[in-house]
Amino acid sequence: MTTRHEAIEEAPEMDPGLVSAEETVPEASASDTSADGARRHLLSISDLGSEGIEEVLRVSDAFVEVSKRAIPKVPALRGKTVVTLFVEESTRTKLSFETAAKRLSADVLSFSASSSSLKKGESLRDTVETVAAMGVDAFVVRHSSSGAPAAVARWVDASVLNAGDGWHEHPTQALLDCYTIRQVLAERQKKTPQETGVECFKGLRVAIVGDIRHSRVARSNVLALEALGAEVTLVAPGTLLPPSVETWPVAEVSHDLDAVLPRIDVCYLLRLQAERGAGRFLPSVREYATLFGLNARRAENLAEGAIVMHPGPMNRGVEISDEVADLPRSVILRQVANGVAVRMAVLFMLLGSPSGASPSRVLASLGDAWESGGV
Amino acid sequence: MAERERRLTTPRGGVFVPRVQVLSAEDVSRAITRIAHEVVERNHGLSDVVVIGLQTGGVPLARRLAQVLEEIEGTAVPCGTLDVAFYRDDIGIRPVLPEAVTDVPGDLAGELVVLVDDVLFTGRTVRAALNALADYGRARAVQLAVMVDRGHREIPIRADYVGKNMPTRIDEQVDVSLDGVVLGDVVPR
Repeated sequence: MTTRHEAIEEAPEMDPGLVSAEETVPEASASDTSADGARRHLLSISDLGSEGIEEVLRVSDAFVEVSKRAIPKVPALRGKTVVTLFVEESTRTKLSFETAAKRLSADVLSFSASSSSLKKGESLRDTVETVAAMGVDAFVVRHSSSGAPAAVARWVDASVLNAGDGWHEHPTQALLDCYTIRQVLAERQKKTPQETGVECFKGLRVAIVGDIRHSRVARSNVLALEALGAEVTLVAPGTLLPPSVETWPVAEVSHDLDAVLPRIDVCYLLRLQAERGAGRFLPSVREYATLFGLNARRAENLAEGAIVMHPGPMNRGVEISDEVADLPRSVILRQVANGVAVRMAVLFMLLGSPSGASPSRVLASLGDAWESGGV
Repeated sequence: MAERERRLTTPRGGVFVPRVQVLSAEDVSRAITRIAHEVVERNHGLSDVVVIGLQTGGVPLARRLAQVLEEIEGTAVPCGTLDVAFYRDDIGIRPVLPEAVTDVPGDLAGELVVLVDDVLFTGRTVRAALNALADYGRARAVQLAVMVDRGHREIPIRADYVGKNMPTRIDEQVDVSLDGVVLGDVVPR
């Protein structure tokens, strides 16, 4: 069965550009929706559109309130099973998704590639189908290959959430970033986030700085911020821009951080992704840190009230200096805190909707196949 | 969930067509005043009383009730709102999304909670609300006030204070606001 060993094991070193998940993996039923239009998967920000993003932010407000309670747990997803399938390492995303699922009263199965049968050579498809056969409602998938979550969505009946695939997308990161921006702007205007809505994004000037070439976070954020009406400026050395940059819906591309800093509201720093070979695109990391790292001296050029964001993990001293990471204008830990509430919202919206995939349906379909000799 | 939301969503979705005005704005106002007096009488005053309106139909009624209670007894009554979406028993059966952010004033341990909703129908929303309230502390007691009790209970729940008992057909709809109570039908879109 050679088809079972699809080319998903090797990370292709290519620029997926800003395509939807369907295009990354042909014939994937990526934005698959149930009969009454409820979403089943979250593979790309483009699955949501501006209205979908707005709805996620609105539902997240309710979960931020839940997170503040003495008992931060609701019974909303009782009886649902969520698997975190992380084939690439992660700290915050995995813990954040697992915390979110547990606070929704779902059961969580945690899967790490390093301690699994993938090590024995089992293909991703066999692994996924094995887990699915145990009765699972959602797969949270991280993989070093672009399009892996879309492939999983094609293989199983459960909901699939993309928790970062190669260079392609990291949609929940972009959603929690948008949520954090809106929260900060609402506080400044002394309003609740609900009152602020998404109007605050209109004309908001955001600079995304650093290793854009290898960044799924940048791709998801560009799509989300553009959908909400923000003006995005990409700032990077030419070698760390993606080949497809002309097709990105950004206002400006710059190689000069100092020129951009005074006229932005949000400075979004990206991690230099050494494990994806970012170092090969630079004369030296020190030169990069000098020209594109945000240090205390450079941060003084930021407009008053501008905020600094970073998706983590930080390379302190490279793209961000210690002093800047700990400035009041840096909202990095707030991003992490909001991540749990935003992921609760996404899980609830996908798994709480009618006719979402249920384990009983999966088992029933297996049973049918068994009777007809199909398995 | 108030009746207003219920009619927007499956399986009972459709457009509300009003048929007959049952209570005028003045009638609603008088009912709230009467309920306020009943609350004071039954609890021998307002010590530890917290009024909580269910999103979204119960919220304006709760605010008004708290206001009238304050006018009667001269002490401020804490008033909050509660969205029960995450506690409903029809998650996965119909689209359930929170309408607003819950705002419960502080810890409810030892308090006397007056829960306010617009229409008491199947009782399932109240069941969800009781579970939600438990997560904010063990209230001394919970009492239920509704503007309209339209019958058709599916679980054993009853109201302590009722604006108007109103027998209805199960497929009818009741629209409650501070402007009055209207009985009508839902016509499929």
